[in-house]
Amino acid sequence: MADNPYLRVLGAQVRSQAQYRASFALDLVTATVLAAVDVGAIFMLFRVTKTLGGFAWTEIILITALSVVAFSFADGLVGEIERLKTYVRTGLLDTVLLRPLSALGQLLVLDFASRRLGRMLQALVFYGVALVVAPVVWTPGAVLLAVLAPIAGAVFFGSLFVVFASLAFWWVESGDVGNAFTYGGRDFTNYPTTMFGGWFRGLFAYGLGFAFVAYLPALALLGRSDPLGVPDPLRWLSPVVALLALLFARTVWRAGLRRYGSTGS
Amino acid sequence: MAFTNSVFGFLKCYVFLTVAAGAGGVVLGYDRSQLATYMWVSQGIIGVINVWGQLDLVQQIRTGNVVSDLLRPIDLMWAAAATESGRFLYSMLVRFSLPVVVGAVFFTLYVPRHVITYPLFAAALVLSAALCFCLRYLLALVCFWLLDVRGVWTAWLLMSGLFGGLQFPIELWPDGLAAVLRATPFPLLFQGPLDVLVEKRSFDVLGLQLGWLVALVALSRVVQARALRRLVVQGG
Repeated sequence: MADNPYLRVLGAQVRSQAQYRASFALDLVTATVLAAVDVGAIFMLFRVTKTLGGFAWTEIILITALSVVAFSFADGLVGEIERLKTYVRTGLLDTVLLRPLSALGQLLVLDFASRRLGRMLQALVFYGVALVVAPVVWTPGAVLLAVLAPIAGAVFFGSLFVVFASLAFWWVESGDVGNAFTYGGRDFTNYPTTMFGGWFRGLFAYGLGFAFVAYLPALALLGRSDPLGVPDPLRWLSPVVALLALLFARTVWRAGLRRYGSTGS
Repeated sequence: MAFTNSVFGFLKCYVFLTVAAGAGGVVLGYDRSQLATYMWVSQGIIGVINVWGQLDLVQQIRTGNVVSDLLRPIDLMWAAAATESGRFLYSMLVRFSLPVVVGAVFFTLYVPRHVITYPLFAAALVLSAALCFCLRYLLALVCFWLLDVRGVWTAWLLMSGLFGGLQFPIELWPDGLAAVLRATPFPLLFQGPLDVLVEKRSFDVLGLQLGWLVALVALSRVVQARALRRLVVQGG
């Protein structure tokens, strides 16, 4: 195992990040505590209203938990890929491409942020609680979906991170445009799609596919139909959508790498 | 960036209009148009007060290059303040206007009833930017002790939004927490100017902002003096 270069770099990363102990501890603890506050903020809304978009808090908690698990795993494992624009702008990517290893794999372990481990663990606990609190209709299909949906969601968000990071190959100063869809997507998936309106809902829920991350699988687990009339079978399709997103991300990434022309310096 | 801010404007505005629908039209004393204004203008304020922009000073301290900054005949704090205020006008034009225009196109925004609200809001915005600068400057000074401020910075990123009234008015937090927050400068960053704009509060916000500004500038001076005394520059 020690021969695996990815694991070695990963280990070195974690050790180096733990060097400034006070800062690292503070980083880990605050990231974890504040992630909890961040999620708690959603439930503060129930201080002033009983239902949100036709859903009680016991149902919303399942939607939110699915979204949180999916996002925190994608963000923790793939999120740092957004640093790609620095690699492209400075030409540092050359070094990565010279090595006989996968470019994406190297970037992911090189920028691994160990402080995010706390959030992933916390997200799993939250999801466990949500599955107990929410009125889930347990069937064999529901059990399978309860396992697959968070993985699919994480793959979906992870693909999204890669796609928007790849933008840097064509558009170096893309700034935080990707954040509108990654972090924006997280906020969108925290809530039932019924809370949003007009073309905005259409675009985010089905144009970009965010409904498949948490809302639709949660409906299936709860044994509810979509009040807006989305056909019931679609509720089970998140793994398929995640796979499509993954293939798309792979295509974009490869096209981007082919286009990369270094900096000439 | 203005585009991202606008996407978040949609997200937050829809969420709070849904909450208002469930709560009978009024949430915490804000009606629908006040809520829409709150959510959209708060997205504009992010860029104006540059709340998530880390000061260059952090990297300067980390790398030890702060030495060359100290050799210049201008104080560290005023130099950083000058850089930041240069951003202010530009971001008013770009990062503030765009989300507000998009919000106005797609939602019904609250139009202030009194003319005086406009200059008051402008003043509150300037003070909020000054407060935000002081807080970020203090965070940068922490770097003199910790060398790596990632942890403190993560905390700031979340707390400024959650406790500053960016996500929602702080009264939505449990009463105890809201009371504690009111005794801090956090809600003056976002909620202060926004409450002025939707005419829930006026001069009291400006007074509190001024008071905090004096206190924070004084604190920054003290901390800076101590930090420079303990400064050890790393490596050759």
